[in-house]
Amino acid sequence: MNDSEATLQKNIPLAVMPPKRPKSRVIKEKEKKNETPDEGASESAHPEHIFPLVLTSVTQELFGCRADEDVTGENPYKLLRKEDIVQDMKTRAAVSDFSPVKHIVLEYPEDELLLVFDRDFTYGQCFYLVLTVEAKDNMMKSPAQADDDEEPMKDEEEHVMEPKTPESHPWISQGSEQEIEDESLTHARPRLRYKISPLMRHCGAPVCFSDGNDGYVECSSYEDKSFSITRMERDTSIQASRDTTHSSTQTLWKYPKNMCTQYEPREFSPEEKEHHLRSENLKNFITSVAIRFERSLQQNVISDVFCDDWTVLCEDDGVPTGKTETQLKEYQSFMDLHFSREKSISHVHWHPSISGVIAVAMTERLSLEERIDNSTKLLLNPSYILFWSFTDPINPQLQLECPEDVLCFQFCPSDPNIIAGGCINGQVVLWDISAHVERLQDTRSGGDNISNNLDKDDVIPVVRYCAVSGIENGHKAPVTDIQWLPETFELSRFGIPVENSSRICVQMVTCALDCCVLFWDLRLPRAVSQSLTDVKQKSEEKPPENPHGVPNTFKHLNLTWKPFIRVSLPKIGSTGEYSPLKFSFRDNTVDYITGDKPPQDAEREEVCGFAQLRVPSAKQQKPLENISTKLYVGTEDGELVYTDWKMEKDNDSGRLFSAKPTHQFLAHHTLVNTVSRSPFFKDIILTVGSFGFAIWKEGVMSGPILMSACSKVMCTIGHWSLTRPALFFIGKKDGTIEVWDLLQNTHEPSQTQNISTASITCIRSSSSCGKHHLLAVSDRIGTLHILQIPWTLRKSSNNEKKNVRKYFEKEEERLEYFEKRQIKHEKHKKEMEAEQLKKKTEPAVPLKPDEELEAEALKEYEQFLALEKIVLKNMGLLTDTIDQSDL
Amino acid sequence: MCDYQKCKHWGGNQDYTSTRNKRKTHLCCDMAEVEDTLKRIQGYNGVIGSIVVNAEGIPIRTTLDNSTTVQYVGLLHQLTMKARSTIRDIDPQNDLTFLRIRSKKHEIMVAPDKEFLMIVIQSPTE
Repeated sequence: MNDSEATLQKNIPLAVMPPKRPKSRVIKEKEKKNETPDEGASESAHPEHIFPLVLTSVTQELFGCRADEDVTGENPYKLLRKEDIVQDMKTRAAVSDFSPVKHIVLEYPEDELLLVFDRDFTYGQCFYLVLTVEAKDNMMKSPAQADDDEEPMKDEEEHVMEPKTPESHPWISQGSEQEIEDESLTHARPRLRYKISPLMRHCGAPVCFSDGNDGYVECSSYEDKSFSITRMERDTSIQASRDTTHSSTQTLWKYPKNMCTQYEPREFSPEEKEHHLRSENLKNFITSVAIRFERSLQQNVISDVFCDDWTVLCEDDGVPTGKTETQLKEYQSFMDLHFSREKSISHVHWHPSISGVIAVAMTERLSLEERIDNSTKLLLNPSYILFWSFTDPINPQLQLECPEDVLCFQFCPSDPNIIAGGCINGQVVLWDISAHVERLQDTRSGGDNISNNLDKDDVIPVVRYCAVSGIENGHKAPVTDIQWLPETFELSRFGIPVENSSRICVQMVTCALDCCVLFWDLRLPRAVSQSLTDVKQKSEEKPPENPHGVPNTFKHLNLTWKPFIRVSLPKIGSTGEYSPLKFSFRDNTVDYITGDKPPQDAEREEVCGFAQLRVPSAKQQKPLENISTKLYVGTEDGELVYTDWKMEKDNDSGRLFSAKPTHQFLAHHTLVNTVSRSPFFKDIILTVGSFGFAIWKEGVMSGPILMSACSKVMCTIGHWSLTRPALFFIGKKDGTIEVWDLLQNTHEPSQTQNISTASITCIRSSSSCGKHHLLAVSDRIGTLHILQIPWTLRKSSNNEKKNVRKYFEKEEERLEYFEKRQIKHEKHKKEMEAEQLKKKTEPAVPLKPDEELEAEALKEYEQFLALEKIVLKNMGLLTDTIDQSDL
Repeated sequence: MCDYQKCKHWGGNQDYTSTRNKRKTHLCCDMAEVEDTLKRIQGYNGVIGSIVVNAEGIPIRTTLDNSTTVQYVGLLHQLTMKARSTIRDIDPQNDLTFLRIRSKKHEIMVAPDKEFLMIVIQSPTE
């Protein structure tokens, strides 16, 4: 082992030295100490088996040992074949680089010589040749070992210490074995052995156990104080351990947690999208995928696979078997002894927001002459609009005082505290009941507030009208219909619908028998505003007077109110005008461009500020499209007139005038008492005349799509049901109500029911009455009947709307077909007539004189005879006699 | 479809792209093919919207508004991946070709691909 170590140590410096020049020096000095002095002189001169060589680049290329290319610092060994070297020497002789080692190469026993690239020029040249086989082997082997030894040497370089395997030396006694010998236990004498056994004869003998109290000696241990032994040695075990301490900490469970994350989705920019859309992959994908999609889409279009026909078949879901009644049940009836006796109810309206409250307008049942006769009496007994509530069937809750009999009135849709009515003298009246709303609402709570209400109950509050239009400016005939324009748009002076910035209803439309339709605005026109500023200031200084407790909402309009648009209805094709009774316009909803919902809070504070509202200037207003400005007007003569309310400017005089109505239809032969749109279909209109009704579709100009047969009893009023698209009610003069269901019968009502003895004047159904669906029916003797609509009449089936629409379309098609047939028929008729005319005119042939006629006849006869002769001749029947006679 | 020289777009500076069959088609016609197919799908009866999405879930082309698109894509992408992994777990040779989700109101159809995803929403005709 020492030898191999020595050889290792011998060879290490040889192998390691070349690449590690700075370190090698140090190592060499160390090695020198341990090594045998053989290795000493290796630095300056090269050892025997090393021969430094210079190789020219040509030789390098020849042998494939170019410096830094084929051989490098890491891989410095190159084996060269002996024959190649010999060859080279022969070819190049003296020039060859190998010439100095010529004889060594020739003597070299093996075939291959080791050439080492000496990067660091340790032997003076850049290459050296290893001359002995042994050295070559060692060199080839040792690099593997030298690598391992290099590592630890590298580490310990800093300490400048060499690793030494510990060598074992024999133990030198220092005197410690004495203590061990003292401590250890040794036998002083051999161990004694005793064997105790009972006598043989006792073995196996029966044993007899007995108590043996006596005869034994006890020797228990006790503590003797005089005697103590000190323990010389003690066996304990010791375990080294650390100092232990107890400690605790309270961890604070606070670490940053995400409460919420705001993120937004990644998106592509348009260019990237474009790029993707153009890519080849997308095209392939789309074409391959489109087939699958089309198949599935087609399947869905063909049939709905998941549709459960059984459930769809059953339409009335959950109809309790008990409720098979179809009659309208009387729920309540209101009749006031003071105010509604001898009076007729002209109009009924449910309160839009408070359920269970209904307003009723009373009029006297007097003709014009009677009114004139009794005018003084009428002045003393003013007419009222009464508010009834279900909680109190005897006393009305509120009374609105009217200047004259009110024929029609409406709650403002955006503010139910404002009521507008039209009077019999042509005036338009406004009420504001905001002060009494709580009273109306209290009544709904029922029994809780009875004690509070006792004070108020005695006196029924009377609300006087806030404003009334000027007599000269308004209508000149009784106002027969009044309606509010929805808050979605308003009209400019020309009748063009523009955007309504205030989002409350500010305009209304009235019509009267004086042949015009008037548009009213609740706000003051701009021109007046300047002069009113002084008035406003004055009114702000001192509190405004409130005679009769009238709120100041419309004080600015009182007695000076006038309409801003006057639409007249000149007759088509003749002079004169239509006198409207009822009208209906399309309930247009507008999509706002801003897209925001109207500011609800801001609305409310503006309500009291009607006086501050001004009509915006025409420039500020933005005209709105998609609003139909057409009106259907039912007239006194039974015509239904379709006209546009937009005003046109007459170029000559500069005045505004309204265009002639576009269409008129003579449907009924007496006055039209109802023109009402279906709540489900915006273009279906029901008109009721005295002897029947007709249903029209807006846009179909040829006639009504449905016309009822003449009924025996006069019809007085018509009303669509609010829940079923196919249902409507017709009130009759004998107090019966007919319920028409378009899906059942169109030639007769589905049921009739008698409600009262006098003729029905108004029918209104409520939509907001909780569980009950109620129908308010008023009659001519002043009684208001509230009826409950049974389940069958108010529950619409699933497809009812669709069916009704289909029915209307069918009727429309029928009309179209009828028209076409008419046209064809007329054409045909015309053709027939033309033909007849032609026929008549054709035989005007000149009369020939008789002789000519005779001559002609004779000539024909002779021709005939000749023909006869030829024929007979041909047939061989001719006889000689005839022949001769002819000749 | 395009036929390069016979196409109406021929003449002037026309960029072209060569298709799989090594035929040249104009760039504008090329895109038009894709557009045509998408329009055809969109034009089916009852189709509410269609969305083309890349592999990461970023919409490339859609006919719905942005917020709806993003919502649909986010949810359906995950569901499609889940469905696909389910199919492949059961049988690694298999792969998901089409996914139809039928709800009360609509039917959502999803066709996955290596790089893209297409979603079509249709409401059945009633």
